[in-house]
Amino acid sequence: MKQMRLLSSRDNGDAMTAAAILPLMVHDLCYEIGGKRLLDHISFRTDVGPRTVVLGPNGAGKSLLLRLCHGLLQPSAGTIAWAGAPLTMARRCQAMVFQRPVLLRRSTAANIAYVLRLQGIPRRQRWAMLTEALEQAGLLPLAARPARVLSGGEQQRLALARAWVLKPQVLFLDEPTTSLDPAATRAVEALLEHIHRSGTKIIMTTHDLGQARRLADEVLFLHHGRLVEYAPAPAFFSNPQSKEAAAFLEGKLLW
Amino acid sequence: MDDVRVAFFTALSLLIGLDRDLLTIVRLSLAVSLSAVGLATVLGLPLGAAVAVWRFPGQAMVRVLLNALMGLPPVVVGLMVYLLLSRVGPLGSLGLLFTPTAMVIAQCLLVTPIIAAFTRQTVADLHEEYAEQLCSLGVGPWRVLWTLLWDGRFSLLTGILAGFGRASAEVGAVIMVGGNIHRVTRVITTTIALETSKGNFPLALALGMLLMLLVLTVNATAMVIQDTARRVYG
Repeated sequence: MKQMRLLSSRDNGDAMTAAAILPLMVHDLCYEIGGKRLLDHISFRTDVGPRTVVLGPNGAGKSLLLRLCHGLLQPSAGTIAWAGAPLTMARRCQAMVFQRPVLLRRSTAANIAYVLRLQGIPRRQRWAMLTEALEQAGLLPLAARPARVLSGGEQQRLALARAWVLKPQVLFLDEPTTSLDPAATRAVEALLEHIHRSGTKIIMTTHDLGQARRLADEVLFLHHGRLVEYAPAPAFFSNPQSKEAAAFLEGKLLW
Repeated sequence: MDDVRVAFFTALSLLIGLDRDLLTIVRLSLAVSLSAVGLATVLGLPLGAAVAVWRFPGQAMVRVLLNALMGLPPVVVGLMVYLLLSRVGPLGSLGLLFTPTAMVIAQCLLVTPIIAAFTRQTVADLHEEYAEQLCSLGVGPWRVLWTLLWDGRFSLLTGILAGFGRASAEVGAVIMVGGNIHRVTRVITTTIALETSKGNFPLALALGMLLMLLVLTVNATAMVIQDTARRVYG
């Protein structure tokens, strides 16, 4: 842990170049609450590169899977492992953006500066990182504005910029555009494209088929807490193997 | 009725003429209550935040206790502090009874539960919203407290002002541990009580009006701060 900190402050907070944590290996993952099994024996392995979209109807367990992988929840059974690092270290190389952005009651810039301070980035480097992140998210003119009065789309872009400012190896996103209008959704997707190209692995959930088609390189299709299909995006969309996935793609409501 | 009118105008002339006795009393009142509230803030904010956020054994007990202590009768606090500081009490050797310090201690005991209980509620609400995000960012337990206190700063200020209102308006505790000694421990509320019982209404009335003004100002300030904060910070 201590070594990690040293490394991260030496090379510009880019802890992520220190050791590659991917691939992510999930094995027989179960999650139960109050005797109800919400995730049932999920196993998959995903590596650097492809954007992974967790797809499925509401209540399939998509958000739950993301939270478990990120370490916000403890599995009831099964394992989640990162090849390159133990869990606690791997956590430092990940970030997560939630469906409803959780912004501190401070200015836009201060929201990002908070993360930089938290990670012990030296003061003189903070400014450059902060400016870059704000600029990338198109928020530079709003830097001094209180974060809470930004529009929904701006708030989500700020949450993304804050998650990305430390260049995490893995970025989890839970339905990042659900509450946004089409224009704001486009802006967020463009930002995601940029983050993907910069080398950050994206793992996101959505129940929006259009978005999945636009963004996915590979699809994890969940239904009733089970992993029904795990396939490269083109294959999944053109030729789904399961009847649940086929029904979902046809737009039939799944229960 | 005439007496009351005369008393009223005498009171006004005392206020306008900045009567020296009156000023001494007001100054001591402010000094005692502000010190007490300052101390109670330093104690109450971390205490309330810790009870709201950290999980520890006996947490529910502390929570119940805090809420119960909010309604602590001032005379009971006065009695406790009196026993503590009296010659035969455990802290008697310090010789603090009948000094302004004793009054600060008593008011601090009265106000700390108010500020702590208020903080607990504010911070708990904020934490419900922030918990996952802070956990995701890997924020340590102490920093979580500080973050929540800072982000709740405007709401918390209202709690602190409520505490100040309580401290500056109470009479039971300070009269017992202060002794209401002329020019030493005589404050607004104790003077009002004394002068009223003596039948000297002008001074009592002048101080009463000042106290009303003070409490009104404090409440108006609290309202303005919260409205502004809500508008600006959302």
